[in-house]
Amino acid sequence: MGRNQILGAKGEDLVAVLLEGRGYQIIERNWRIKDGEIDLVAISNENILVFVEVKTRTSSAFGHPLEAITREKAHRLQKLALAWLVLHHKWGNEYRIDCAAVTIPTGSDYEIDYREAVL
Amino acid sequence: MGLALTSTVSLTGLIGNLIDVEVDISEGLPGFTLLGLPDAALSESKERVRAAITNSGESWSNRKVTVSLSPAWLPKSGSSFDLPIAIALLMAQGFLPNLIEPKTVFLGELSLDGSLRAVRGVLPAVLAAAKFGADRVMVPAANYLEAKCVPGIEVIAVTNLRDATSFLRTGVQEDFLIESYSDPTPKSQLDLCDVAGQRVARNALEIAAIGGHHLFFIGPPGTGKTMLAERIPSILPPLSLSAILEVTAIHSVAGTLAQRDLLSALPPFVAPHHTTTSVAMIGGGSGAIKPGATSIAHEGVLFIDEAPECARGVLDSLRQPLESGSVTISRAIGSVTYPAKFLLVLAANPCPCGRFSGRGRGCTCSQQSIRRYLQRLSGPLLDRIDIRVFVEPPSRAEMASEELGESSEVVRERVTLARQVAALRFSGEAWDLNSQIPPGHLRKRYCATKSAMNFLHMELDKERLSARGFHKVLRVAWSLADSRGHVIPDESDVITAYQFREGMELFQ
Repeated sequence: MGRNQILGAKGEDLVAVLLEGRGYQIIERNWRIKDGEIDLVAISNENILVFVEVKTRTSSAFGHPLEAITREKAHRLQKLALAWLVLHHKWGNEYRIDCAAVTIPTGSDYEIDYREAVL
Repeated sequence: MGLALTSTVSLTGLIGNLIDVEVDISEGLPGFTLLGLPDAALSESKERVRAAITNSGESWSNRKVTVSLSPAWLPKSGSSFDLPIAIALLMAQGFLPNLIEPKTVFLGELSLDGSLRAVRGVLPAVLAAAKFGADRVMVPAANYLEAKCVPGIEVIAVTNLRDATSFLRTGVQEDFLIESYSDPTPKSQLDLCDVAGQRVARNALEIAAIGGHHLFFIGPPGTGKTMLAERIPSILPPLSLSAILEVTAIHSVAGTLAQRDLLSALPPFVAPHHTTTSVAMIGGGSGAIKPGATSIAHEGVLFIDEAPECARGVLDSLRQPLESGSVTISRAIGSVTYPAKFLLVLAANPCPCGRFSGRGRGCTCSQQSIRRYLQRLSGPLLDRIDIRVFVEPPSRAEMASEELGESSEVVRERVTLARQVAALRFSGEAWDLNSQIPPGHLRKRYCATKSAMNFLHMELDKERLSARGFHKVLRVAWSLADSRGHVIPDESDVITAYQFREGMELFQ
């Protein structure tokens, strides 16, 4: 695994811990099909399916991590979420797409900016 | 998460509209949406505002930012929205106190490092702000003097966004350098005494200035047509206070303030090149509709050298402003009216080769080509021109004379006096200059003495004068009478006015 993949995995771990702390149940990680990948799939306390896109950076020198989610990528995330619902026979289930920005600077504490239902 | 509101002014022509700049910051992916029909320069505002905010030591919200400029239906243009948007953004994030009183209008373009750049149209915008009841206006320091011309409104000038925010937090205004508009190199003051000889042309100039008569100079190259025309502003009475504000506002919108002293009472002089387009002449352009040469010459002189070389449509586009004193320009984004009341001065060579003068010895043009040359000027346009003068080359004696001609100051005093006489006579009428007397009134209330009228009627009988020419001669005769102290024009005034139609035969 390259440096960035390690960083990404670390960020996803941190977000998973955060969600479990809120009482969410993580049901899938790095669900991958031909068209892309969903970082985390969880079920919230209200029984809503939550798809989470995690962006991890070591600093915000190149802009906020969530700025990396362009219109195109947002569109792809929506399609992936629908694909997951269809393939898992959860069609009609209530769902939402969240985004999490994780900043892990070297030598200091990490920071998570978690935004619900942004797409 | 946050909501804030600031105000600014957007211009449609010279008319200002008060614009509310609302900023909403909400949860969501980082983004910036600008609503309210922005043009290209305004759409780019988001990038400038963002860079200026971060480079001024303030923090940028990585949230979903929506900026709405209302009224939403009004197309908006220009870069003066940067400052109000930036301030509203900082307020919405809670970095600046939300300001309601005193009512403040913000104007200014931001550069990426946060400094404020001068914008066009500050004077009319501040005038509008004062009219809408704003208590104060924040402008770039470079526009301070211009904004300061408006009475009854406090002007806060700032050089950068940092000074703007510190003023809003503490109420303390930072020092700034007052930038003067005027060119540091002193302009050579044009004076009529520079012109050698040209007694007839000088007299025509004076009469034109008194009555507001449009002028046509015909003469070979190098005889002083341009020199004479350039000196007309120096013999016109100084502009009134309301005219000064109007003229300065037009120059502010056109971006030509640097060419004039701020609040100068000198009537403007504009000399577009003869290859100019009709859009440059009357105004227009995609996006914001800018004033053209006719409006920049408002209350002053519009001089067109080599008039027959102009494209025909260009000269004919002058007919609307000559008729109504204003131009209305309609484009997709709306229609704009600019004032355009000017003294038109056309200059032309007498023939294509330019040497037809005196006995015409040097001229190589055929009769036909001479006629065709001046016929390029359309009849309706020439109708509006009351005085036509041949500008002959100065004689040997005139060039050798060391005596200077009369100075502009002396002539200006006479012009001012004569105009006062005319203003007194026309009090209660719808016009105030001799050139504006309607034909009907010329035959009734404003006719000349009996013998003078007899002379004109005789010329009419001999078919040397048309009905149109008859009215023009009378108007010019009134200006001559005013300058000579006659209560009504007598025979000598009418005969001189008749002579100012010299060269008529060239046009028929």
